[in-house]
Formats: sequence, structure tokens, C-alpha cells
Amino acid sequence: MPFALLKYGFSKKYPARHSFTPRKDLNQHYDVVIIGGGGHGVATAYYLARYHGITNIAVLEKGYLGGGNTGRNTAVLRANYLTEEGVKFYRESLQLYRGLSNEFDFNIMWENRGQLTLATTDAAMRSFRWRAEVNKHLGVGSELVDCQQIKELVPLLNLSENGRYPIIGGLWHYDGGTARHDAVAWGYAKAACERGVELHQLTEVTGLKITNNRIKAVQTNRGIVECGCAVQAVAGTSSLLAGMAGIKLPIHTYPLQAMVTQPYKPVLGPLVSAPHVHVYIQQTSRGEFVIGGGSDPYPLYSTRSTLEMKESLSSAIQELFPFIGNARLLRQWAGITDMTPDYSPIMGLSPVDNYYLDAGWGTWGFKATPICGKTMSELVATGKVPDLIKPFGLDRFYRFEQVNEAGATAASH
Amino acid sequence: MKIIHCPLNGPRNISEFAYGGEVEAMPDPVSCSGDEWAEYIFMSDNPAGLVREWWLHVATAYWFIAERNTVTDEIIKTYPPSELYKQRIEFAKDID
Ligand SMILES: Cc1cc2nc3c(=O)[nH]c(=O)nc-3n(C[C@H](O)[C@H](O)[C@H](O)COP(=O)(O)OP(=O)(O)OC[C@H]3O[C@@H](n4cnc5c(N)ncnc54)[C@H](O)[C@@H]3O)c2cc1C
Repeated sequence: MPFALLKYGFSKKYPARHSFTPRKDLNQHYDVVIIGGGGHGVATAYYLARYHGITNIAVLEKGYLGGGNTGRNTAVLRANYLTEEGVKFYRESLQLYRGLSNEFDFNIMWENRGQLTLATTDAAMRSFRWRAEVNKHLGVGSELVDCQQIKELVPLLNLSENGRYPIIGGLWHYDGGTARHDAVAWGYAKAACERGVELHQLTEVTGLKITNNRIKAVQTNRGIVECGCAVQAVAGTSSLLAGMAGIKLPIHTYPLQAMVTQPYKPVLGPLVSAPHVHVYIQQTSRGEFVIGGGSDPYPLYSTRSTLEMKESLSSAIQELFPFIGNARLLRQWAGITDMTPDYSPIMGLSPVDNYYLDAGWGTWGFKATPICGKTMSELVATGKVPDLIKPFGLDRFYRFEQVNEAGATAASH
Repeated sequence: MKIIHCPLNGPRNISEFAYGGEVEAMPDPVSCSGDEWAEYIFMSDNPAGLVREWWLHVATAYWFIAERNTVTDEIIKTYPPSELYKQRIEFAKDID
């Protein structure tokens, strides 16, 4: 049997398929250069090729495809935000997620698990009611639940009244879910490359050539590339790249850590978030428990993990699910996240005419990958800012019109 | 455990401290433009490297200044604000 497999593997009849651009030299010129090969970058390339007939595109990635926050996030997909602008935007993204596996002919493992956020105070319940009403009004599935309903959704949750923070209710977002993060990046990249887009990994942008307020070329570690326009989608290093274009952003870069246990039988359906102890959890389809929490306490450009964060996540999660005290941790990691003051992204035009921004995705941008790609591609192709992302322009900070999603983000991602 | 040398309390666990943002000169809130004010309160160079920041020792409510490397996670030095600020700043002056 192993021999037969080997023969099959080396047979000329079944050549290896290349899903992404094989390594080749950079062209001298591309119509669009997208800086950053995370989910947002490759999604933008895909929608440009698919809907706007623009295929002379290079996606430049300094490391490997999806090796930034796209490959590090905990894959909470939800739309139960607070502001109308936010809910409408993330709602569209969830809708796109549902169709992606079919669209790519490649399984991104989208699962409609539902997401439950827990409350321990009346103030939290009031804000949940507010969110549930805004959500329902805009067609997003969210409702308030009491402890009896929570018990039915998550039988293993510690609902004791004698705990340190007894749970009094929750926000049940039955439209929420999860997907395999790597597969989302691979699916978009594969579908973009099939349409002629070039993905160049190990290609770092080190400078931007701007004359008369227009970007003409990008400098890379593999030479200079001219471009008709450029999009930046580099998450944690957004400020540094924008700085090369002389643009200042309202962003601070903070590490965000997560960890995963050994696998268990399937016991936890919904994704559960407990903002009062800064922890959230989900069980992957492999059975592991992925546990995450709030950002690090101070800005840093480093993906180191800390014992303090492990201790705080572990103690918090054991209060909710005491049996997890017996689990062993398998892995830990961190990403660097581009945090904005209002927990909403910065998307759209920049002070440089043909240079577009997709930044400020902080701890919540994986869920937005499809809609970012779709709206950014429309912006690049037409030069007009789509209505859906108008509220997220950089200029909102100069008009003092922030889109406050701090309360609806916190430990829910 | 990471240690910060507090100018008032000596070496303490970093968990006793709170980060308070970069040290920046405040434009005059009465005479500056809206853009200048937005720039001051929102925008940041967010450098990868050396930064000068406000930190608070929470238990003693003591604010001081720390210089830190945001790539290596090293605290390079800490000192009392009086080393930078020689005069008292009247925040509420001229505002009714
Ligand atoms: C631990 C953790 C948990 C998270 N959990 C969630 C969650 O549950 N739900 C959710 O919605 N979001 C979550 N997020 C946030 C989410 O991961 C990000 O917002 C999102 O993945 C950003 O996607 P992106 O494509 O913009 O960035 P990235 O995937 O980070 O891609 C940017 C790419 O740009 C490259 N790059 C940077 N500089 C350059 C340069 N100069 N030249 C070339 N390439 C460059 C990087 O190498 C990187 O690959 C989480 C983040 C972390 C770290």
C-alpha cells in the first residue's frame, strides 16, 4: 500500500497542482500593488479580478501568505455590534462567509455555531438589550437570554450563584460562527491567482515613491515595482508603512495573545465570551479549546507570549468551565494588532491620491475579511468610496465623528 | 515577571503599573485649530523602537515618565516628570 501511494505521488499522470503563483521575478509594472498578503490583501485582489476585470495585480507579502494576524486569530465571526454603521458592515461580511466554500470550490469550514456573550451586571444586560434591538432592526440574529436558556445552550457552563461573578443573562447571537482562518487566506489567494493575480511571498515593501502626491512605485527587498495605485493592508505594522507615505494614523500596536488546549470530545457548540473576566473560548472542529482574551496592557511590536496572560486566561476560564482545569495547553502565540481609539477600522482614501488604506483592524478584523476585500476592490476600481465604508474614513477623526464599538468588541473579538 | 523601576517606589512588578500614552506637547486648546487638536489627541507615530511615555504606579497614584523600546520590550529609564516639566501646566486656564 505505501508503495502504491508513492508510485501515485510521483506519477506524471497526476502532477502537483500549484494553487499560488510559482516563484518568479517581479514585473516592472502592475496596475495595482497590494501590500500585505493577509486575508484582506488577497481578498481585495480576488474581488478586483472577479468583479472589476483588473488582473495585473501583485500582492506583496514580506513573510508567507496568511502568516500575520490572519493565521493567528481565534476566528470568531459575528455581526452583533452596537452602531448602525458597524452592524451593517459586519452583517454583509457574515453573509459573504456563508458562500465562500462554494465560491472557491475549497472548504473554508464555515460553521454557524452561534456566539454567546455573558453578563454579570445589570449595566451589561442593558447594553446587551440595546445591541439586540439594533441588531434585530438591521436583520442580524441576536436576542437576550436568561440563565435557563444559557443552561440549554451551554450545559457545562458554571452557572452557580455562589461564584465570584454570578452570571445573570447573556446576548445570544445565533447568526455568529467560525471558519478555518488559514483556509480563508488560501481560498482567496488560490481564486485570485487562478484569475492572473501574482502573489509574491518573501517580498517586503521598504519604501514608497511618491511624487505630486501620487504613488508611482514601491521599493522592495527584490527591487523597485511601478504601480498605478497601491493598497496597504498590513495590520500590526500599519503605522510604519503609512509613515513611509507621510501619513499619520490614530493607531497603537498592541500584542494579542491566545492559546489552545489538547483535544476533547465535542462538548461546546457555541462560541462563548465573558467580557467581565476578559476571556472567550470556542471548541475547534478538531476538539481543542481555543482560549483568548483582551490585549496586552501596553503597546509593543513583539509576538512574545507572557506567563501573566496565561495565568489570567487560565483562572478566568476555569471559573466558567471548571473541567478545563485538567486540560493541558498545547500551544500559545500572539499577533500584533493595530488598535484604533474607537475600535472601528480605518478604510478608504488617504491623503495621497492613489494610495488606499485598509488598517486599524485591531483584534476584530478576521470577520471583516470578505467585505473588506469587496469594498476595497470597489474603491480601487472606481475611485469612489462605497457607502458601506464611508463612516470608516481616516478623516472621521478630524471631524470628531468616531464610530464607537469599544463596548461591543472588548473580549468578544 | 517584568520589573519597572518606579522613581517613587523603587523596583515593582509591572502589573502594578498602568500605561498612560506618549509624552507629547499639548497645543493650546483655546487657540489651536480643530485639526491640531485632533492630531494631538488621536494621531501617533506609533514607532517601532524608542518611545517616551507616561506611566502610573496605580497603588500610590504616582505618574512618572518611562523610556521604552517597543520592539525589544526593554524599559530603558524612568524618571519623575519634573525632569521634563519645569513649570506647572494650568489645564483649565481661560476656559469657562
Ligand atoms: C490572537 C488574535 C486573535 C484574534 N481573534 C480574532 C477573532 O476572533 N475574530 C476576528 O474577527 N478578528 C480577530 N483577530 C484580528 C484579526 O486577526 C485581524 O484583524 C485580521 O486578520 C487582519 O487581517 P489582515 O489581512 O489585514 O492582516 P494580516 O493577516 O496581519 O496580514 C498583513 C500582512 O502584511 C504583511 N506585511 C507587513 N508589513 C509588510 C511590508 N512592509 N511589506 C510586505 N508585507 C508586509 C505581514 O507579514 C502580514 O502577513 C485576532 C487577532 C489576534 C492576533
